[in-house]
Order: sequence, then structure tokens, then C-alpha cells
Amino acid sequence: MKDIDYAAPKTIAEACAILNEKGDKARCLAGGTDIIVQVREHRRDIDVLVDIKHIPQVNALNYDPSKGLTIGAAVPCYRIYEHKEIARAYPGLIDAAALIGGIQIQSRASLGGNLCNASPAGDTIPPLIALEATCVIVGAGAMREVPVEKFCTAPGKTMLGRGEMLVQLKLPPPKPRSGAAYLRFIPRNEMDIAVVGAGVAVLLDDSKQRCSAARIALAAVAPTPLLVLEAGAALVDGALGDALIDKAASLAQAAAKPISDMRGTAEYRKHLVGVLVKRTLNIAIQRARTG
Amino acid sequence: MKKIHVTTTINGKETEFLCELRQSLLEVLRDVLMLTGAKEGCNNGNCGACNVLLDGRLVNSCLVMGAEVQACNVQTIEGIATPQGLHPLQQAFLEGAALQCGICTPGFIVAAKALLDQNPKPTEHQVRHFLAGNLCRCTGYDKIVRAVLQAATS
Repeated sequence: MKDIDYAAPKTIAEACAILNEKGDKARCLAGGTDIIVQVREHRRDIDVLVDIKHIPQVNALNYDPSKGLTIGAAVPCYRIYEHKEIARAYPGLIDAAALIGGIQIQSRASLGGNLCNASPAGDTIPPLIALEATCVIVGAGAMREVPVEKFCTAPGKTMLGRGEMLVQLKLPPPKPRSGAAYLRFIPRNEMDIAVVGAGVAVLLDDSKQRCSAARIALAAVAPTPLLVLEAGAALVDGALGDALIDKAASLAQAAAKPISDMRGTAEYRKHLVGVLVKRTLNIAIQRARTG
Repeated sequence: MKKIHVTTTINGKETEFLCELRQSLLEVLRDVLMLTGAKEGCNNGNCGACNVLLDGRLVNSCLVMGAEVQACNVQTIEGIATPQGLHPLQQAFLEGAALQCGICTPGFIVAAKALLDQNPKPTEHQVRHFLAGNLCRCTGYDKIVRAVLQAATS
């Protein structure tokens, strides 16, 4: 790796000051599973890695059934899926956190890092979008909160401005009769990048036969992870069944704008969107009915 | 080259080293501390040959910066055997010929130790799932999985 600096600030203000001074030449280091490789392979040209793991807020992991879930930007995946209450409350998020890379990657990789890496195929991003997560961003003394679906702006690019950092992710508490799920397609059993990923969340009414709200998000079918509002809205239109689920899946397929690459053709990805949306919806509905 | 002084615990011994800020933990172990058990396979987090335990968690040392391990606890393959003898995993790998070229072996043994520490009696499926982040291009994995299961019985 080229000669770089390493800083380990203890406060958000110190971290933001370095990020502000260095601009694009500074990058936050959480688990390092993407950024270290990118710097080593000359895919990102930076001068300083800002290790944010000494900042208490970015290591926080708090769940309160009435207030929801706060995930510090550097909290590694294993802390989330090994937390029994969180795993029970947010199975759709766990689907993704427990399948990124192998055990070694899950020891270090964070959801905040997955977001800041801004890969169109990031596994944890669709379930975060489906679950209405928001990003807490701090910079130059100001804080703002934006929905996850607005955070990535292009492959590898985010809405973070100079001197800003992602501090935490916030998820609302799970409502009664709600369920979520994430599935991805890869050509082998483990350790691969999604050809397509689908994350969905549903809220059922008292009868559990109708949907009162739904969100459907996709990965690897557009320059950024995609929230398909119209596909979720279609589920609110009648009795839950194959016909309604097929309709939501078709709308998701219509919204997907995939490219062809080494992982799959655009046509294949469109097909997968349909399959995965149907499967994830059936899992999420099942979870909402039994959870 | 900018350097940093790091104090850490490696295989139970307090250790100080001076590392370049650009060096990974793997580079520090191999090039600074001469602990060459951890291997560089892919150097990008895919193969597991560089596996170590960092504060008890299995990590790829190629994806950890040397400067990050200040005040941490690092366990490497060199710390697995005791003066009394090999670890049951090492014995099982030897007896079961669970290796050919041997490059992946330290990573597999460290990873398998992490598994047995948290799940002393894993099923074959659990072993295969846990070791998905370790690649072997010689054995076809079967002997490795059997060696881990064998070690779990001893």
C-alpha cells in the first residue's frame, strides 16, 4: 500500500475536522473490509485513514422496543446478529448482516461502511431502506438526518459533503403484525456479491389478510440501491394472495434498470427481481403473521 | 515513511512494535515481528490464509491496519500449540492429511479454533458454513472438514 497517514480521533468533532481539512483525500475506517482493499489496489486515492472506532457514538448499539434501534456506523455485523433482542425484532436486517462475506468479514464489516461504500449491490442497504432506516450525518457542528434511500448517489458515491461523516443509523421500532426479509441471488452458496438483492417490509392489518403498508427495495439493478414505492403501494390494494404479490413483483421488475456484466445479463437480473420479490414477500408476510 | 509505536498483546505476551502507518496487521506480523505463520494469499479478504483472532474474533489480518491493534489482544497460529504438544486441531490435520501445499492450513486452523471455541460440537454443515471464508485449492475441503470434526471429538 502507498504511504498514508492514520488518525484515530476520539470525538466526532475531531474526526470531522480531519475530514474537512483533507476532503476527498480522507476516508473513514470502520471495519476496513472495503476501504483497505480499495486503497491497496489503487481504486481510491487517499492520504489519510480516519479510524472512527474510538468514537463512542459510532460504536453504540441500542435497542428499545418503544424507541427503536440505533446502530453506530462502525458496529460490526456480528454484534447485530448476536444480539438476541435485535435479532428477534429485525429478522429482515439479520438476513443481510449474517450473509455478508464470511465470519471473518462479519467480525469487522459494518452497516455504516456498507452504506458509505455505496455499492449498488450492498446487501444491507435494501433491508435498511425497506425498514425505513435513516442516516444520522454530522459535519461542521451541524447534524442532519436523511432516509437511507437518499444516501447513495452513484456507484461508490454518497451525499456526504466535505467534513461530514455518517455517525449512526436509526430504525423505527417494529410494529405489531409487521415483517421483513432480505434475499439475494448468487451462483454459489456463500461468499459472493449479489447478482440481485431484494429487501421488503410489510405491515398487515388486524385480519392479517391485507397489507396496510409495504416497502420494496432492490440491489444490483441500478446505479444505487433502489426503493420501488409503486411496488409496495400495489400490495395495499386488496386481499393478500399470489395475484397481488405477482403484481408487486412485476412493478419491481419494471422499475429495475440493470446492466449486463460478468455476474449476469440485464435480462437475467430482471427475471431474478421477480423471483426474489415474490420470495421475500412471502417470507415477510409469514413473519408478520407469526411474529 | 511515517511510523507509529504500538503496544499490544500477541499470543499472551505484551509486545511493542514500530510499524509504518500503511502496513496491515499481516505485514506487521510477517515483516516486523517475524511471525510468518499467517500467510498472504489474496491480500483482499477472500481467502482466509491470514486469519488471526483479534480480541477473540476471527479476522483477516490483511484487512486490519497494524496501527489499529494498539491495546488489543492478537492470537496467531504460533500461539495455538503449547509446550506440551500440538492443539487437537493440528493433530487432527496431521493425522487426517488435511493439507497438501499447506499455505491455507494456518488460516484454517485458526478459523476452526474460533469455531470450536464457540461451538465445541459443530455439525458438518456448521463446519462448512463457518469455514466458507477460507479457501483451499488442493484438498477439495473434505479432509479439512473431517479433521475439524475429528478434533471436536477429542
